[in-house]
Amino acid sequence: MSLRFVLGKLLRALLTLVLAVTFVFVVLRMSGDPVTQMLPDDTPASVVADYRQMWGLDRPLPEQYARYVAGILHGDFGFSFRDDRPALDVVLERVPLSLELGLTALALTIVLGIGGGILAALKRGTSVDHATMAMTIMGHSMPNFFLGILLILLFAMTWRILPSSGVGTWKHLILPAVTLGTSYAATVARFTRSSLLEVLNQPFMRTARAKGVPFRRRILGHALPNAGIPIVTVVGLRLGALIGGAVVVEPVFAWPGVGQLLVNAVAFRDLAIVQTIVLLIAVTMVVVNFMVDITYGWLDPRIRVDSGEATA
Amino acid sequence: MTVSVLTRKGAGSTGALPVQPRPVESRGGTARATAAEPVLAIESLTIGTGAVDLVIDVSFQVAPGETLCLVGESGCGKSLTCLAAMGLLAEPVRRRAGSVRLAGTELTSLGDRRLREIRGRDMAMIFQDPVASLNPVQRVGRQVAEALVVHEGLSMRSAMRRAIELLDRVGIARPDERANAYPHQLSGGMCQRVMIAMALACRPKLIVADEATTALDVTTQAQILKLMKTLQDETGTAMIFVTHDLSVVAEIADRVAVMYSGRIVETGPVDALFDHPAHPYTRGLMDCRLHALSAANGRLAAIGGTVPRPAARPIGCAFRPRCPRADARCETLPELRRLFGAQTAACHFPGAAR
Repeated sequence: MSLRFVLGKLLRALLTLVLAVTFVFVVLRMSGDPVTQMLPDDTPASVVADYRQMWGLDRPLPEQYARYVAGILHGDFGFSFRDDRPALDVVLERVPLSLELGLTALALTIVLGIGGGILAALKRGTSVDHATMAMTIMGHSMPNFFLGILLILLFAMTWRILPSSGVGTWKHLILPAVTLGTSYAATVARFTRSSLLEVLNQPFMRTARAKGVPFRRRILGHALPNAGIPIVTVVGLRLGALIGGAVVVEPVFAWPGVGQLLVNAVAFRDLAIVQTIVLLIAVTMVVVNFMVDITYGWLDPRIRVDSGEATA
Repeated sequence: MTVSVLTRKGAGSTGALPVQPRPVESRGGTARATAAEPVLAIESLTIGTGAVDLVIDVSFQVAPGETLCLVGESGCGKSLTCLAAMGLLAEPVRRRAGSVRLAGTELTSLGDRRLREIRGRDMAMIFQDPVASLNPVQRVGRQVAEALVVHEGLSMRSAMRRAIELLDRVGIARPDERANAYPHQLSGGMCQRVMIAMALACRPKLIVADEATTALDVTTQAQILKLMKTLQDETGTAMIFVTHDLSVVAEIADRVAVMYSGRIVETGPVDALFDHPAHPYTRGLMDCRLHALSAANGRLAAIGGTVPRPAARPIGCAFRPRCPRADARCETLPELRRLFGAQTAACHFPGAAR
């Protein structure tokens, strides 16, 4: 890994973060005044002005922005209007729950998505393939909130075998994780299938057969590593969204994670919270992207940045 | 029988004809080769897809240490014949009839598992595009070693040691370093050497080389041919060499089988075929060589027309529409008949002058 490569990546990452933070900062302030949103309609104008002054909202936008950025550099992410606590604390205490849900869903996505994709590719053109692909279309097209509500109706209301909302036991995890995991598994399955199909027709797969390599070894040892890059890309996208939580699924199942916090904070114009969450998501995305880039090089030596190998 | 004996044109190919000692089995020509127990015996092989036959009633044998060249234009069924011999035909193309025996073992009735155990161990294949035929994300040493892991149950470590020896043997300098290279870091010729090392790994009885030198530039091609010949002399492996390049044939073949539109139209020892090709198609091929120029009044000869599509083969001899000698008799299919020595041809007018 060359220094130049790492520096370039870091610079781009920084630019991404600055853009994300700036965009959210400006748009949030243009979209409405948080003070009038929070206070009752008949609040005297002087009280409103006092609140404005207290939160620094009476200052010109550039000054507010400068203060905000300076604060971040000192580890101060602003105060939550609603909780009257540091925004970072409020957000961070929600992260473990979102991770718990997100990682479970991701595991499900990987197992179902890659497994289904491999199966469909190997059984190409058969009923297994058609059935798998039909399911992925369903998974794609069914909105998360709809699938969530459907699952609640069936498992929580009709059969009463799983809780419909909240946290606590592993049982609470099942419905939201299935809702979140299956929809993305459809995407992963389609990518896995098409990229594997392409690889299976490559000449080197015939070489492996001619060499007498057993079927499993041909698929796992030769085909999958070559089909890996598109799969890693789509899984990486999902991984980046992990900490940000599930904005749709968490509210449906009353799962008190970052996603639910974000939805509430936006509705309440809790500026510091929204800004902090967006920054957190941006950082995760940047880190995951970097990891994905490294994985590319590990999967495919042809795009490895530092090829210190002897060439001939 | 009157035969117009054409002198072999082009001193270049004459000079390049095999003069080096051959392994005992094949020395003394084909009479011996066919008498010895063949390594590979293909009988009445027919391959097709849908309603179309792509290879029809093909039979030939390869003796230990012998090199048989399969010659013909693209699409005549050479490669399919090889894939069928290896049991590597892929749907929707299927073997419809015929038998393939490797050292006495009938392969067509073997299950997938037994066949897989034989592939890579008793018979190995080398393909046309060496770079694409190697796994791009695996180090080449490992790919050579895999054959040993799979067939001889070696650990990857000891297999790697053997793989480095093999790379050394196929003329790769600094084999211990190169074993760690990926295919894209090596040249085409180097990759073909790796493929050869892979094929040799388990000391197969038969190596099938499908256009193994076609994708390489001329100098590399010569090096690879020389390497294969040397290795064959050392190991006594039988070889099928598919090519459409007659200078390669002159370089490496003991015996030649010429295919046209799915059938073998002529077979014989390489000298006989070059000296007096009996089938008009073989003669056409010979005339198409660049150094045959002078004989055709300074003009480059070509066989008029194109190979018929397998679905639209003419009745009788498939070469009939392009043949200068054809008449009404050619509407019945000529059988492959023995002419003189070990030479056979499927023509009603073998060796006839134009």
